[in-house]
Amino acid sequence: MINWANFLSQCFNGLVLGGLLALISSGLTIIYGTLGVLNLAHGAMFMLGGYAGWVAYDYTGSFLVALIAGSLFVMLVGVLMERLIIRYFYSRPQEDQILVTFGLGIVFVETVRFFFGSLSKTVPPPALFQGITNLGFMVYPTYRLASLGIVTAALLALYLVLYRTRLGMIVRAGIEDSVMVGSLGIDVYKVFMLVFGIGAMAAGFAGIVNAPVVSIAPDVGEAILVQTFVVVVIGGVGSFPGAVLGGLIAGEIISITSMFNPGYSYVMLFVAMTLVLVWRPYGLLGTAGRE
Amino acid sequence: MPFNDDKRAGLSRRTLLHAGAGLAGSMMLPVSLISPASASGDQPALGTWPAGSQGDTVYIGATVPRTGAYAVQGEDELKGMQLAVEHINEGNDLLKQIAPKIDKGVLGKKVALVVADSAAKPNNAVQSQQTFINDNKIIAMTGSTSSAVAVALNKFAQREKILYLVAISGSNDTTGKDCARYSFRQCVYGETCANAIGPVLVKNFGKGKKAAFMTPDYTYGHTVTKSVNDYLTSQGGWEMVTNQVSPLGTQDFSQYLTNIANSGAEFIVNVNWGRDAVLSVQQAKQFGLTPTMKMVIPYQIPFLAKEVGPDLTEGVFAATDFWWTMEDKYPLAKAFVDAFQKKYDYRPEWGAENAYMQFAIWARMVSEAGTFYPPDVIKQYEKGETFPSMVGDVKFRPEDHQLIRPVVIVRGKAAKDMKNPEDFWEVVEIVPGEGLMQKPDAFGCQLGDYT
Repeated sequence: MINWANFLSQCFNGLVLGGLLALISSGLTIIYGTLGVLNLAHGAMFMLGGYAGWVAYDYTGSFLVALIAGSLFVMLVGVLMERLIIRYFYSRPQEDQILVTFGLGIVFVETVRFFFGSLSKTVPPPALFQGITNLGFMVYPTYRLASLGIVTAALLALYLVLYRTRLGMIVRAGIEDSVMVGSLGIDVYKVFMLVFGIGAMAAGFAGIVNAPVVSIAPDVGEAILVQTFVVVVIGGVGSFPGAVLGGLIAGEIISITSMFNPGYSYVMLFVAMTLVLVWRPYGLLGTAGRE
Repeated sequence: MPFNDDKRAGLSRRTLLHAGAGLAGSMMLPVSLISPASASGDQPALGTWPAGSQGDTVYIGATVPRTGAYAVQGEDELKGMQLAVEHINEGNDLLKQIAPKIDKGVLGKKVALVVADSAAKPNNAVQSQQTFINDNKIIAMTGSTSSAVAVALNKFAQREKILYLVAISGSNDTTGKDCARYSFRQCVYGETCANAIGPVLVKNFGKGKKAAFMTPDYTYGHTVTKSVNDYLTSQGGWEMVTNQVSPLGTQDFSQYLTNIANSGAEFIVNVNWGRDAVLSVQQAKQFGLTPTMKMVIPYQIPFLAKEVGPDLTEGVFAATDFWWTMEDKYPLAKAFVDAFQKKYDYRPEWGAENAYMQFAIWARMVSEAGTFYPPDVIKQYEKGETFPSMVGDVKFRPEDHQLIRPVVIVRGKAAKDMKNPEDFWEVVEIVPGEGLMQKPDAFGCQLGDYT
């Protein structure tokens, strides 16, 4: 089992897996970094993205429309969630924020279950990316290859927004000191709303990108949420580059461990997290907290 | 030591006698009050007996997965239970053929179901059943779609002295090393499936093949994999080239499939279940592994074909409890499929059939025993009488409380051969149960006490 072909295959597979985790985690970490809200509904947003995309696909038959509709819908849900509920929790204890987002996650999941049932739904990959590709050392589903490209492009776009735009500058400044940003005459709360929307959109986008790989069901967000948290902890809470690095590390750990003993892949992921926490309590690229 | 204690030594013999008499008197009173027991008075209170059967209604607690990887199968199972309860309470003809002595209820009582979501997690199931015991004085428990839940409820049932009607559970251990006096299983399981599907595989595909196994990481997965592998290696000279063990609830199987792609296997024996099976079957196709490698599903999954589509299940062999087209052969099956379809608008999968049968058998045993007193009901099961079911005549094996029943081998139909939207499987063979089971003590079953 442990030969070069398999090793290369698993490294590559880890990259694809890690890219997706990085994208979902970046949304979580942007929201936490900027707003200080630990959004436990993030997994449910990932699921919502998948369902919204599936509905759009059902009507139009276009994957591109599904991708856009899925992301925009979840962004809208994120913005509404922030306006209607989350903003009343900014100044409340973190336990309250965790409870309210956890509760909202359950509401989202059960609403979807009520309307669509538990049977899984499939969104086929676009015609261009169907079939398998021979990479020389392995054959790999073409869509998974494409999803690596899509995810990389999305992460790049997020990076550009965060590091090359005025909005991004305000967001990053807000992470450091939101009071100071506010006193400079910038409407911090409008920015917060946008940040929540963008964070949610990242999850929703990932949800629909992932739908052709893993068909969607109401519970898909639950498992991914746990992995996302591990990624964020490894990379450093509140750090965008940390989420990307953490995602890639997690993907590789899961893939490579499974080559030796599949049963230990997730165990090793938690071992890695523990080691990081011991060695660097704030994560690999994290800084000593925002408080 | 307390006996040398000064205070104890200071007590007079008279005081002790008085206190003793008083204690005995006060203990006599409530015992006679709370346990009217039977006429003979030799049946002390036990579990929820007799409190649970004193009202007009008796309750059965069901903990089925309504969320998580087994949610789809759990819903089907629950519908089977609900239909059975309805049939028991109305004295339905179908149910009367299995339990002739029911008459608008069991022993003059209506039956009601109380339900909770187990999410296929043992802790959730046990906690909910405990709540049902406290709140509803349930006289029987059911529900499980994961054998991990079944094994946990086996132990819990034995401790609480409440009957447990195993729902879906494919692990050898459920009536093997983790069996219980208070627990009964109707459905087929790993060893029976292996012995039924093994000959079909060797006959259809030949000897000396290389197989990759996909195993969910808990009692069901490990025992089914072992049974199937034991059969194929000893009887067919097959070789297990890799065994990919994944946790229950895995979504992305890519790392496991990558290993299988590099293993040189010709067959994938997929032991995953529920949503895990749906996803692993879909992803094996994405990776181009199937149909180049043949897929075998030793323990069939309700709704698999509906979820992945006939393109992915075409030609796949699977062992199962029941498939609705068996209505052509068995009149009881026809009556059940018709009643179920009328009520729920789809044809039942085997989870529903299994759940319905468990309730029907329970109604039979209680009404034949003429009492809800658990040890008497258990002894009724242990008589090992033959009774009708949807798959012909069956009986319980007293040594391990496993039903002796046939295993059904099905093969996935091509989309073009389907006569209706639910005609996914063709019944290839119905293998009689007697020859499929291990000896009663082979998996270490030791039933516990009655009281």
